[in-house]
Amino acid sequence: MPETKPVLMQGNEACAEGAISAGVRFYAGYPITPSTEVAERMAVRLPDIGGVFIQMEDEIASMAAVIGASIGGMRTLTATSGPGFSLKQENIGYAIMAEIPCVIVNVQRMGPSTGVPTAPSQGDVMQARWGTHGDHPVIVFSPASVYETYYLTVAAVNLSQKLRQPIILLLDEVIGHMREKVTIPKGSKLMVEKASDKVPADWKPYDDKGLTPLVPFGFGHYYHVTGLFHDQYGFPTGDPQQVERSLDRIHEKLEKYRDEVALTNYIGHKEPRVVIVTYGCTVRSARAVVKKAYWNNRQPVGLLSLQTLWPFPDKEVQEIAKKADVVIVPEMNMGQIIGEVERHVKGEAEVIPLNRYDGEMISPEQISDIMGRWLS
Amino acid sequence: MPHIWCPGCGNGIVTAALVRAIERADYDQRDVVIVSGIGCSSRAAGYLNFNTLHTTHGRALAFATGLKMARPELKLFVIMGDGDCSAIGGNHFIHSARRNIDLNAIVVNNHIYGMTGGQHSPLTPIGKKATTAPRGTLEREFNLLELARGAGATFGARGNAAQPRQLEQLITRGANHKGFSIVEALSPCPIAYGRRNKLGGPVDMMKELKENSISTERAAGKEESELKGKTITGVIFNYDEPEYAAEYYHSIGKDIPVKSSG
Repeated sequence: MPETKPVLMQGNEACAEGAISAGVRFYAGYPITPSTEVAERMAVRLPDIGGVFIQMEDEIASMAAVIGASIGGMRTLTATSGPGFSLKQENIGYAIMAEIPCVIVNVQRMGPSTGVPTAPSQGDVMQARWGTHGDHPVIVFSPASVYETYYLTVAAVNLSQKLRQPIILLLDEVIGHMREKVTIPKGSKLMVEKASDKVPADWKPYDDKGLTPLVPFGFGHYYHVTGLFHDQYGFPTGDPQQVERSLDRIHEKLEKYRDEVALTNYIGHKEPRVVIVTYGCTVRSARAVVKKAYWNNRQPVGLLSLQTLWPFPDKEVQEIAKKADVVIVPEMNMGQIIGEVERHVKGEAEVIPLNRYDGEMISPEQISDIMGRWLS
Repeated sequence: MPHIWCPGCGNGIVTAALVRAIERADYDQRDVVIVSGIGCSSRAAGYLNFNTLHTTHGRALAFATGLKMARPELKLFVIMGDGDCSAIGGNHFIHSARRNIDLNAIVVNNHIYGMTGGQHSPLTPIGKKATTAPRGTLEREFNLLELARGAGATFGARGNAAQPRQLEQLITRGANHKGFSIVEALSPCPIAYGRRNKLGGPVDMMKELKENSISTERAAGKEESELKGKTITGVIFNYDEPEYAAEYYHSIGKDIPVKSSG
C-alpha cells in the first residue's frame, strides 16, 4: 500500500491537485468566481514541476490554448463557471469533433447570465450536455465531496486521454469552496499512460477501425486536425457516407466504454420503496436523510448518487426504479436531470421533483419531508 | 491539386510564398506546424504536408499560443484572413502581439469575407461595397500593422500576391524574427470583392496591387503627397524585445530543445 497522508483541502484545490497527480502540466484559464482557486493553485504549482500556466485574454482563448497544448502532447485542464462555460462551448465542440483530450471544470454558480456569482446552483446540467451545437457525445462528472473531486479529476484526465474525448467536471459552488479531508496517495502514480510518438507504421489519426492514440504534433506523423467532418487522415470531407461514419465514430467510443464511464453509488435498503436520485452537493443532504432513515430506523429507502451525469446512467436508474414505488429527484435548479430520470424509469415508479433555485442548498429537512409523505 | 479557391484568387500565391519561405528558413518538416482559422485562406492548412491545425473562426492565434507554450521548439505559422484575424479574432491578435510570443502570423487581406459571399470586414476600405454594405461601408478600416505595433508586436511587414518574391522574403524574415511577427499579404478577391466594386478582372486587380504599392526603400524620403493612395510594402517595423515562451521557460529553469525530439 502506498503511504498516504490526509490533508485539509478545498474542492477547487483538490481539483487542481488531482489534475497534477494525473499528469496535467498545462493550464490556461480566465478569472471567474467561484472557480478562481483552481487557477490560483495551478499558477503556484505548475512552474515548480516544469508545467505551463497561462492566463489567457478570455474564456474562448483559454479553451483554445488548452486544445493547442493537448495537440502538442501535454495533459491539460481549464476551469471556469457558468458564463465562461457558455463562452467555451464552440471550442469544446471542436475538441469533441477533432478528438482532442482535455478536461473542462465548471464550478457552477447561480444563473442565468451573471446571476448570483457567489451562490451555488446545479443549473448547468443541460448546458453541459447540449451546450455546443450538433449531435455530440459528452462525458460529465459531478463530485459530491472534496475527496470525490480529487479522484474524479484523476479519472477524468486519464479517461480523456484514453478515449480522446474532452471531459467536463461539473462542480458546484458548495463543493468548490468547501474544505474537507482528502487522503492523497503519496508518491503513487495516478497516470494511466503517457502520450507516445511510438505508433504502428499504418497509424491513422482517425482510423475507421476504432480508437487510436493521439500522436502529438512535431514527431514526424503529418496529419490534419479540423472541426470539419474529416476522413481517416483528418482531411475535410463532405461525402455523406464518410460524414455519417465520422459522427458514428465519436459516439461509438462512448458506447463501447460505457461501463467505465457511467459511475454511480447506491446506499440504503436492498428493496427500497422510496429512492432518491441526485448528484453534486445535493447528495450530501440526501445522504444525511437516508442514513438516518435506513441505518437508524430501517426504513425502506435508498440513495442513488450519480457521479456521472452524462452519459446518463440509464441502466442503474432503471434497475433501482423497478424495485421502488417512488423516485425523488432533488436538484438545485428548476428540474433538469429529472427529465432524463423519467425517460428511463418509463413509468416503473412515480418520479417526484424537488427543486430549489433561490441560491441555497436543498436541506435534509426538505428531503425528509417529501420522503416521509411517500413512506406513510 | 483540387482546392476550393476561385479562379483569380491570390490565396494560392500567398500559400506558395509561405512554403518557399519555410524552405528558405531551412526548417525541418517535423518542426513546422501550420495553424489556421476559418475562411478561404485558412483552408491552405489542409493543402500542406506538415502537422496542420485548422481551428475555429478567429481563434487560430489562441490555439497556437497553447501549442507554442507546450512545445516551444516548434515553428508555428498562423494563416488568417482579414475578418478572421481582425474582427472575431481581434482580441487574440492584440494579446498575442502584447505577449510577443514567437508566432508567425500571415494575414491574407482581401478586404472581404469571401467564403460567406462578400460581407465587409474591418479591413474593407471605407466606401467600398459589400453584400452587407450595399451602399458602401461607412466604417473606417483598421491599419492592421499599426494596430499590431501598438499592441506590442515586434515585427510587421506588408507584401502582396502580385509580388510573390518579396512576399516570400518578408515571410522568411518574419520566421527568423524572435517574437510575434505579422506579415500582411494583400490579395485579390475578384469574385466577392472585385466584381461588386467594379475593380475589373483578376488581371486588373493584380496590376493594380502591383502599381499601387511602393517599397519602404523607395518610399523613404518621399513627400506625404507623393505617397497618397500608395500602399507601402516591405518591413514596416522590427524591434528586439524579450519573447514570451523563452522567458517563461527560462523563469521555470527549463531549457527549450532546439528541435523536436523523436
